[in-house]
Amino acid sequence: MTTSTSEPIVFTGDPYSEEHLLNPYPFLASLQEAGSVSWLESEQTYAITGYDEVYEVLTDFETFVSSGGLGPRDIRKDDGWRPPSILESDPPIHTLMRRALTGVINPGTVRALRKDFTAPAVSLVEALVQRNTFDAITDLAEKYPIEVFPDAVGIPQEGREHLLPYGNMVFNAFGPENYIYHQAFAEGDEHARVVMNACKRESLTDSGFGAGIWAKVGEGLITEEQATLLVRALLSAGVDTTIFGIGNTLSVLARHPEAWERLRKEPSLAKFAIDEALRLESPFQKFHRTTTVDTELGGVGIPAGSKVQVFIGAANRDPKKWGADANEFSLERTSSGHVAFGMGLHQCVGQPIARMEMEIVLQQLLEKVVSIELVGEPKPILHNVLRGFESMPVRITTQR
Amino acid sequence: MTPQTGRLGAAVDTVKPVASGAGLLDVVVDAAEHVADQVVSLVLRRIDGESFPEWAPGAHIDVHLGDGLTRQYSLCSDLNDREVLRIGVLRVPDSRGGSEAVHEKLVAGTPLTISAPRNNFPMIDSRKYLFIAGGIGITPIIPMIEAAEAAGREWRLVYGGRSRHSMAFAQSLEDAYGSTKVNLYPEDEVGRLDLNAILGMPRAHMLVYACGPGGMLGAIEDLCMGWPPGALHLERFSADTLGAGSVSAPFEVELAKAGRIVTVQTNESILDAVEKVGVRILSSCRAGLCGTCETNILSGTPEHRDAVLTEADKDANEVMLVCVSRAAAGCDRLVLDL
Repeated sequence: MTTSTSEPIVFTGDPYSEEHLLNPYPFLASLQEAGSVSWLESEQTYAITGYDEVYEVLTDFETFVSSGGLGPRDIRKDDGWRPPSILESDPPIHTLMRRALTGVINPGTVRALRKDFTAPAVSLVEALVQRNTFDAITDLAEKYPIEVFPDAVGIPQEGREHLLPYGNMVFNAFGPENYIYHQAFAEGDEHARVVMNACKRESLTDSGFGAGIWAKVGEGLITEEQATLLVRALLSAGVDTTIFGIGNTLSVLARHPEAWERLRKEPSLAKFAIDEALRLESPFQKFHRTTTVDTELGGVGIPAGSKVQVFIGAANRDPKKWGADANEFSLERTSSGHVAFGMGLHQCVGQPIARMEMEIVLQQLLEKVVSIELVGEPKPILHNVLRGFESMPVRITTQR
Repeated sequence: MTPQTGRLGAAVDTVKPVASGAGLLDVVVDAAEHVADQVVSLVLRRIDGESFPEWAPGAHIDVHLGDGLTRQYSLCSDLNDREVLRIGVLRVPDSRGGSEAVHEKLVAGTPLTISAPRNNFPMIDSRKYLFIAGGIGITPIIPMIEAAEAAGREWRLVYGGRSRHSMAFAQSLEDAYGSTKVNLYPEDEVGRLDLNAILGMPRAHMLVYACGPGGMLGAIEDLCMGWPPGALHLERFSADTLGAGSVSAPFEVELAKAGRIVTVQTNESILDAVEKVGVRILSSCRAGLCGTCETNILSGTPEHRDAVLTEADKDANEVMLVCVSRAAAGCDRLVLDL
């Protein structure tokens, strides 16, 4: 451990201003220039923007714990708005929940879903290619995950309209309690009630991921309450993020016709294109951790009990890690190591599902769409921590 | 006693023609010593008086036992002493004779042929290590401990076996490093390793290296699902994963989409070989742990060496992880959807 630590640079810009939420990257670049670790005056937290420093926070889960919550408030001191999820827990409680979840969601169980996940993508894309223009968000990105994912979890048809608003609440709560937060929570009780209800054993089909998680109760690994919370975690983390993942990937590719052309010739590169798009336009941009001890990060001393805010969107564009062209999309780049899915102990368990959904949609498009271009600028969504678009009209050409 | 088959204490019986030439070394048994019940330690020295090639913790050699019988044994000698190699061999009465051949025939002065050291269980640098050994699975762990100690890393060994008498190198390890770092669990004294307690609390920046019988590794794999992805590294000691095909012969991989054929040498992975010719495969851990490089198999039989695929997946032979898995014995060419 370094003995000489310095005081952080105080940064006065506000990451949660509308301007910075809608157009985050120039702001993140200036925050990163101030230092890999700085003090955010508006939030009274440390801002972690360097790739190495973000990696360290994510992998040192003993110093930077999750049980303080992913938002700016320490939920241990001040009751959170809901019982803590797997994301908001530390070992050893986290360990049992993670084991249960990984036992249910892994490359093998996800692969088994490929066929079920492909058919809806085929029909969605077939319908869209009949048109010259469509909205890549509302007509595609928002339609697909909501069609396949809830079935894979096994929740009832009834009440699925609450999933997106619920996810919106969960993620917005990782930021400050501003007007965006309050809008997201406007009908929060109802969304939360319906979603919690869908997570109960009796609400779930017998064969989905939900039932798999409940089977872990029978094995004595987790409690009934934990099973409910794990199913809830799937529902809250598995829909919006994938929608944004698909939308953000298309937003990048629509600006790179040469990449689209190449991908049509070499569809096996689709996985790389998705990875690079996730690096460049990471759906989950920021969240918090809490320090347990006095520590040092990037040369800055951080006292115990501090909230640190991790800026995924900055780390994934850190020129120290990705080079001078970090802000550019490149099919040649090895994007492996990006932290869009987190890293380490809390790394996204649903990653294989999300990747499969994104890949299936992209492969379908590549098969049928010769070129895709933006019709005007995509409209970014106003969200505290997620990066995505609410509308993105595109024009396509197809084979005659 | 549970039969322990596998490539450490008692490798899978691998019947194949003894290859000649490249990569093979003529050695002589310099010393053969009983180090525990049913365990003999063999110190090997090159006949030509040369030093052995450099090797790293986790490496093994093929020992050619004559009559086409080849067994693989992890190295457990001093990394810095390149004049000799040491292996530890457990005698397994019901095996097809490999370990018995070693125990009965190999006395000081016996000449034999071995492969150069190869490594399927490489040690990745980390701040902390937890080593877990079951029985003769201690052998690859010994050089890892030496390396961790030399690098000043925090480490701890938990080592279980039936009894003190059956646990090779246990006393010397405890004497060298002390009982705080070396935790011995002879089953007849203290019961079985309490893996739940040992692995119930994941630690940051700690990697787990485990080697031992299949049942123990299965339990460790299950418990480590609660650890950060990639924390666990293990070497199986059972026939199913390190099957008869874990041979030293190169094989071909046909890339169906790219229309190319690539030869995979013994010292590289399919992933390495394919990337070398400019065909890209998305990968992450490159150690058979994360599943990112999963690739569809169009024809041919793989030998699965990963920790990701389920037994059913492995039996189906439809996909493989090209970072670690290889072509099975008798399969000269794999055709992959690349």
